[in-house]
Amino acid sequence: MYVSPIREPLIRGNKDYSQVTKDILAPMAGTPSKYWYMGIALALSAALFGAWATYVTLFTGIGSWGLNKTIGWGWDITNFVWWVGIGHAGTFISAILLLFRQRWRTSINRSAEAMTLIAIACAGFFPLIHMGRLALAFFIFPYPNTRALWVNFNSPLLWDVFAISTYFAVSLIFWYVGLIPDIGTVRDKATTKIKKAIYGFLSFGWTGSAKHWSRHETVSLILAGLAAPLVLSVHTIVSFDFATSVIPGWHTTIFPPYFVSGAVFSGFAMVLTLLIVTRKALNLEQYITVNHIESMNKIIILTGSIVGIAYLTEFFIAWYSGNEYEMFTFVNRAFGPYAWAYWIMMTCNVITPQLFWFKKIRRNIVLTFIISIFVNIGMWFERFVIVVSSLHRDYLPSSWSMYTPSVVEVGLFVGTLGLFFTLFLLFIRVFPVIAIAEVKSVLKTSGENKNHSEHE
Amino acid sequence: MVSIGLIALAYGFFAGLGGERISANILLNNYYFLGMGLIGLFFVAVHAIAESGWQVSVQRIGEAMSTFIPVAGVLMLLFFAFGGLHSIYHWTHPEHMDEILLNKAPYLNVPFFYIRFFIYFIVWSLLAWYIRKSSRNLDSLNDISYFHKLRKFSAIFIVFYAISSVMSSWDWLMSIDAHWFSTLYGWYVFMSMLASGVAMIIIILYILKRNGYMTHINNEHIHDLGKYLFGFSIFWAYLWFSQYMLIWYANIPEETVYYSERMLHFKPLFIANAIVNLAFPLLLLMTRNSKRVFWSLIPVAVIVFIGHWIDLYQLIMPGAVGGEKAGIGFLEIGLTIGYVGLFFLVVFYSLTKAPLAPKNHPFYKESMDYHTNY
Repeated sequence: MYVSPIREPLIRGNKDYSQVTKDILAPMAGTPSKYWYMGIALALSAALFGAWATYVTLFTGIGSWGLNKTIGWGWDITNFVWWVGIGHAGTFISAILLLFRQRWRTSINRSAEAMTLIAIACAGFFPLIHMGRLALAFFIFPYPNTRALWVNFNSPLLWDVFAISTYFAVSLIFWYVGLIPDIGTVRDKATTKIKKAIYGFLSFGWTGSAKHWSRHETVSLILAGLAAPLVLSVHTIVSFDFATSVIPGWHTTIFPPYFVSGAVFSGFAMVLTLLIVTRKALNLEQYITVNHIESMNKIIILTGSIVGIAYLTEFFIAWYSGNEYEMFTFVNRAFGPYAWAYWIMMTCNVITPQLFWFKKIRRNIVLTFIISIFVNIGMWFERFVIVVSSLHRDYLPSSWSMYTPSVVEVGLFVGTLGLFFTLFLLFIRVFPVIAIAEVKSVLKTSGENKNHSEHE
Repeated sequence: MVSIGLIALAYGFFAGLGGERISANILLNNYYFLGMGLIGLFFVAVHAIAESGWQVSVQRIGEAMSTFIPVAGVLMLLFFAFGGLHSIYHWTHPEHMDEILLNKAPYLNVPFFYIRFFIYFIVWSLLAWYIRKSSRNLDSLNDISYFHKLRKFSAIFIVFYAISSVMSSWDWLMSIDAHWFSTLYGWYVFMSMLASGVAMIIIILYILKRNGYMTHINNEHIHDLGKYLFGFSIFWAYLWFSQYMLIWYANIPEETVYYSERMLHFKPLFIANAIVNLAFPLLLLMTRNSKRVFWSLIPVAVIVFIGHWIDLYQLIMPGAVGGEKAGIGFLEIGLTIGYVGLFFLVVFYSLTKAPLAPKNHPFYKESMDYHTNY
């Protein structure tokens, strides 16, 4: 396969295959660094705060939250949508970029997929805890029972159950199938018997024969085909939670594609946040290069601009529709008591990503990191604005109210953040953070030394 | 073919089919083929900024399609200026204004309508011209600086088009049903254009290859175009469903009125639209091999081309003509044939102006040397 010389190499340094294996497996060997311990201690204490908040919620009920009659959804649904959105980058990278033959995805897909799975787990926590009685959570599944009680199939909240569990299952299988050859490599390099046995078991007896590879690639491709529509479906259904209602600010037809775009936007921001730290900490700068970061930043501009156009479209149509409730909601968002949240959202999501039009900023790692944090914050506030500011002043002015989260709600959110980072830190210790086999597949055509080996 | 179109138009006048129906047909075809031109340009521009390699081989087709943009602009201007505006958009009649329309008057008024019209067409045409020129200079002068110019103009076009495609669809299509609104509308119309535009690229490629040109195109390129046709058709259906389902579910009269008109007076076409444009590409292009050969790809491309014409018919006719007077007869078919003729005339003339294979493009060799398993 010919690659034009004007393209930047995807892997820096003159690597050969064994060097790639060594570099990528290095973070798994030996004892973790003190930064890792500090990180996990911090993450675990955050998770502990979350555990306490969960305990309070379960034993005293949802009353311990700041919700009221008017504002029935607050931080919980905001966090839920935020986490689900973050969970979009992994499968987008693996499935859609695979179908578009974007080979730079090989360095980032593994960790992005792991991040996806963890984020979906964090997301799923919020609807469950909002039910108040966690032990009865299995009621959300439709199953035949003697009381003839069924779930409400007309409700988009139930569609969420199906969409997210399907997405989680497919992402998990996809991630694991991709891991199998690499686990085989880890097994072969394992130093102790126990490690060899565990990784040997996890690798499903991978031998690397041509037959195994052929099947592995076929399965990956089929899964990519299945996962591609799932990337769209999950956040489409999440948007239906809002858009099927008749609440001004929620009911608008642009929601499905706009939510999907916003999800990919926030997902990539979180991938950037994580990988910029990871590449530095694990010495993987030659695999996750500035070129990769630039490519991700381009996706940030694209999806960020789509989101920006959607905001403006919504605002314009709110006026154009002549619907006074709709117009009120939007004016109230921008200039009402929650205006601060609205303008944080606008600044972080619409203005800061536009800085990436400058190549210098796009390729600047520190600025990229800062902007990615901005986007994470902005996308959280987007959901907060949609959920809370649409609800707090409803059709009946006598029931207008304000919402402040209680410490328990903050605890739940911080707890999921803690869980997220704990699991990610564990992930980088037990599995290769970069898909070794896939990176090797592009080494020949896109490694830095390709120009020596290739002649016309 | 152009003469058939003219005869059909003349027939429309003399058979007394009514000014509204004639106007609506002109708008329909003009918009449809303008969309083809814009998608040709969009196709080139988006691949230029995405640094796509394979697309370089078919780039000339997109560039040639974009030369239809100014032609469509002039025709549309003539059409609006000579009565089309009044016969289609009832917000232009002061006596029909009600409270809701008066509210919209700051946006929906004739002078501002024309201002927007000129901005869209001038910027589109200029950028089309610059993009085409950079691409041709890149080839003939073999100077890499034109490659960067091509990318710069492409980026400007994408940004401008992202806004103007949405706004122009409000102006020319959504304001036909002036009371009705939908936030998704612009993207929906764009997706419809994208699916039919890709179908048109495939059709033009087929005609060129049939006549012995474009010998550098192999099955891999056809496969990629086939994947686009497949994917965009599904994405179009996704947007169709999103808009319909949300309006159906919320059941708010101001919104459902739009669909109820279509279900009442245009039921066969309404159903056909959704089925033809999804089911055919989905089922016929599902397998790998059907996307790689013309004998299966061309029928689907033609179906999609006709299907999205029906889609546009759905968008325009119920509001502009109404259930009693609309129909599909010699006027509709003949005028469309006329526009196809005119479009091909312009596009194939433009194709003769530059070598079909941009051999000096930095990605040309990449485009010739790849194969894909999926």
